[in-house]
Amino acid sequence: MMSQAKSANASKRPLTYQEVWGRIGIYTFLGLLALFFLLPLYVMLVTSFKSMDEVRLGLIFSLPQHFSLDAWVKAWTSACTGLDCTGLQVGFGNSVKILVPSVVFSILFGALNGYALSFWKVKGANVLFACLLLGSFVPYQVFIYPLVRFYAQTGIYGSLPAIVITHIIFGMPVMTLLFRNYYSGLPVELFKAARIDGAGFWKIFISIVLPMSVPIAIVAVIMQVTAIWNDFLLGLVFAGRDNLPMTVQLNNIVNTTTGERAYNVNMAATVLTSLVPLTVYLVSGRWFVRGIASGAVKG
Amino acid sequence: MGAELSRHVKRNLVAYIALLPMAIVVIFAYLGTMAWSVRLSFSSSKLLPRYDFVGADQYLTLFDTPRWLTSLGNLAVIAFFFLLICFLLGTLLAIFIDQNVRAESLFRTVFLYPYAMSFVVAGLIWQWILNPDLGIQHTMHGFGFTDFVLDWVVNSEMVLYAVILATVWHGAGLVMALILAGLRGVDTEIWRATRIDGIPAWRVYVSIVLPMLRPMIITSLVLLSISIVKMYDVVVAMTNGGPGTASEVPAKFIMDNLFERANIGLATAASTVMLVTVLLVMAPVIYSQYFRKSGRAS
Amino acid sequence: MSSVSLQNLEISYGNVAIVKSLDLTIQDGEFLVLLGPSGCGKSTLLSAIGGLVDVSGGRILFNDKDVTWADPKDRGIGMVFQSYALYPTMSVERNLSFGLRIAGIDRATIDKKVKWAAELLQITHLLDRKPSALSGGQRQRVAIGRALVRDADIFLFDEPLSNLDAKLRAELRLEIKKLHKTLKSTMIYVTHDQIEALTLADRIAVMKDGIIQQLDTPLNVYNKPANEFVGSFLGSPAMNKVEGQLVADGDRLVFTAGDFRLDASHYPFAQKVEGGRKAVLGLRPEHILPAKGDAQAIEGKVSLIEPMGSSILAWSNFDGVSLSHLVGQDDGCEADRTFPVTIDVQKASFFDVETGWRL
Ligand SMILES: Nc1ncnc2c1ncn2[C@@H]1O[C@H](COP(=O)(O)OP(=O)(O)OP(=O)(O)O)[C@@H](O)[C@H]1O
Ligand SMILES: [Mg+2]
Repeated sequence: MMSQAKSANASKRPLTYQEVWGRIGIYTFLGLLALFFLLPLYVMLVTSFKSMDEVRLGLIFSLPQHFSLDAWVKAWTSACTGLDCTGLQVGFGNSVKILVPSVVFSILFGALNGYALSFWKVKGANVLFACLLLGSFVPYQVFIYPLVRFYAQTGIYGSLPAIVITHIIFGMPVMTLLFRNYYSGLPVELFKAARIDGAGFWKIFISIVLPMSVPIAIVAVIMQVTAIWNDFLLGLVFAGRDNLPMTVQLNNIVNTTTGERAYNVNMAATVLTSLVPLTVYLVSGRWFVRGIASGAVKG
Repeated sequence: MGAELSRHVKRNLVAYIALLPMAIVVIFAYLGTMAWSVRLSFSSSKLLPRYDFVGADQYLTLFDTPRWLTSLGNLAVIAFFFLLICFLLGTLLAIFIDQNVRAESLFRTVFLYPYAMSFVVAGLIWQWILNPDLGIQHTMHGFGFTDFVLDWVVNSEMVLYAVILATVWHGAGLVMALILAGLRGVDTEIWRATRIDGIPAWRVYVSIVLPMLRPMIITSLVLLSISIVKMYDVVVAMTNGGPGTASEVPAKFIMDNLFERANIGLATAASTVMLVTVLLVMAPVIYSQYFRKSGRAS
Repeated sequence: MSSVSLQNLEISYGNVAIVKSLDLTIQDGEFLVLLGPSGCGKSTLLSAIGGLVDVSGGRILFNDKDVTWADPKDRGIGMVFQSYALYPTMSVERNLSFGLRIAGIDRATIDKKVKWAAELLQITHLLDRKPSALSGGQRQRVAIGRALVRDADIFLFDEPLSNLDAKLRAELRLEIKKLHKTLKSTMIYVTHDQIEALTLADRIAVMKDGIIQQLDTPLNVYNKPANEFVGSFLGSPAMNKVEGQLVADGDRLVFTAGDFRLDASHYPFAQKVEGGRKAVLGLRPEHILPAKGDAQAIEGKVSLIEPMGSSILAWSNFDGVSLSHLVGQDDGCEADRTFPVTIDVQKASFFDVETGWRL
């Protein structure tokens, strides 16, 4: 009898008090911080479903009593920036127009640069690359004014091409780094074999290297979509009045309203603006982290 | 020698051509614009660039401008607390998540999602939450705690901490993600060895594991530093520099002088100061991170 | 000094039982080798002895003291890992001394111990280096040193040499053996390398699927494998196996497989075997000897020869049974010729067909 009880005890490690309290502590810490991190999202969501009356009277943290989509509709179709009351849809369209060519071209250039840098011997290429990397650490403010002058001279200032070119320029360091590091990890024998087979620069790039780049291209898309969508400064300066991206329009809607602030509309607008990067983030999961890590750490 | 060089170029001609766009970008868009900015900072440019030479006048004016000095001080305070808190919080989160917790991926997702959002959004939402007439203070008053005060965004003493709060919310997840990835890469046998050696877990983290993760820590701090030096959107969205000039930052100072105050000379002087500072601080880090173990192409 | 006794030990990961009711006693000062194929649970068992893995049943005794739930640091063990597990950011000196510092031992004692271990392992000149600046063999010495300074009574080695090249392996093997002679501590050593097992061990425990198949001296394990698995797991070139029948021929037992016949009357059967019993004959290549005009010689037709340096491995057909056997370089064995051999039946093994256990 005694020995039976003992062996039953022995089959499970007795948790010490210390360990139990440790577990409780861990979950409490993580849980509280999770609440802190989620708080803004929660506030935005609940407020965006309230009517203005409820916002005025109620508390910001309470759930909506009358669930309403009016604020969302208003934010999308008729929120005002100054006198212009066409809603965020305009900004959304502009952001898409900016996003697509910027992402495509910055990735293509990144892949091409990375390929040329890691497989071909080009004198001075590493110095160029070093300058490019260094440039990515410099605040945009240093480059902005000369670029504005340059675009003005060529007549494209305040147009779609101007903002797209700007995104390509400022995306180039990290895209090049990303692809260069990825290609450095590919077996160089592959490249040598292709050269012996008589393939040239473009042939190797298009038939061998690009098809192998799918994983890193996914990472690149994730990084560029979030970065370009979230950009505020460059869009503000270079895109011009007719192409202002969603983030700029959002800030205008929120910070230029006169009279009573329509918090429900503002918060709906904020959520709408975040929708694209949030979706990318949630769908991409671990790839997102991979992007952060591989863009920055030498692979 | 010359013949050899031309043979080399000929053999690799296509590669040279392919790198031309990058060369143009580096030479004109990066180096050229930088040089031009620096040049203008020695001129008396106002609304339009002028190519005279006024020596260090703009710099003297700059460091006589209270708004600039405030911006610099603000940036220092924000950067210090932002980096410190992000590092501590991110590291703690990573370590706690690494303790075999349930719903690990949920926690990871929650702590990193702000990083996917724009700074504008971060600024706006925390402005609302901290707004005395709407957010936490209003709620507490609603509960009857009428003495409760949380007015950071409108209080010039505290406004910097409001900015820090928003940026930490935005950036701490980055440190968490990078360090967690690093923790996962630590050989389990190292952990076993420390248990045989009888080293308490906290000591293992402090003395063994975190030193092993130095590259990740540096990377995350570099990434965060860049974002904080460039910080503009979050301040514009949250406080627009106010109240008064209490939350001005250098990036905003430059933008205002470029586009609103039409003082290009002063703006470029300020941007040159930032440029030099960043290069001085970053050059050694970049060198050690990216070039010490040079890639194959070299 | 400590003896180790495992009683009815069970270890599982989740619902998967890795080690099943295992009993094992290791004498004070013994060098025991756990040998087995990859994934059979050697590391798991070793970790359980070290307290790094919780057991799900049974007891672990050190010197008759129950340590089943004792903390690893309190068990008086030192452990050497396959990947060395050195602390990469600390110097060799700090790697050795870190555990002692944490334990609050005074500086002078620590220095003395580190110096002693470093001298014993000849790593004194490496004390200021970081592990990344050491060769594989040097790292392994440091890892051993870290176990040494802990004043351990029991040393646990988990495949410490498997990441080293063949030459270094042989060298360090010898040193570990010397170390055991010097320290006279109990050592438990995991490996899947049979040469290591045979050269180092006082006793070998051959494991398969979490069960000890045989626990015996290296010689016995090699010469008298307890079952088919042990017989074929040890030995290179591998043991020949022939399935057949033991039949009574008058008062003698003869093993037959088709036309192949082998007189088994001199085989030391462990139990009484009746005629007609099905059995597997296990024959090591070195126990089939070139016949020097012996009467019982049998002729085989050589089909293939593989020179192995000092000797030659020949594959020959004996009355329909193909066996590999070792011949000297000067024995004149050539492919497609016949070659006479004698079989030393006393060194052969017979296993039960069904259970695989030795007869
Ligand atoms: N943490 C774990 N969770 C679940 N199963 C595990 C775990 N560690 C090991 N195993 C399983 O336990 C079994 C025994 O593993 P163990 O590491 O003890 O093998 P081993 O004999 O040391 O092999 P090797 O020679 O390859 O080191 C294997 O089948 C393995 O898959
Ligand atoms: Mg193992």
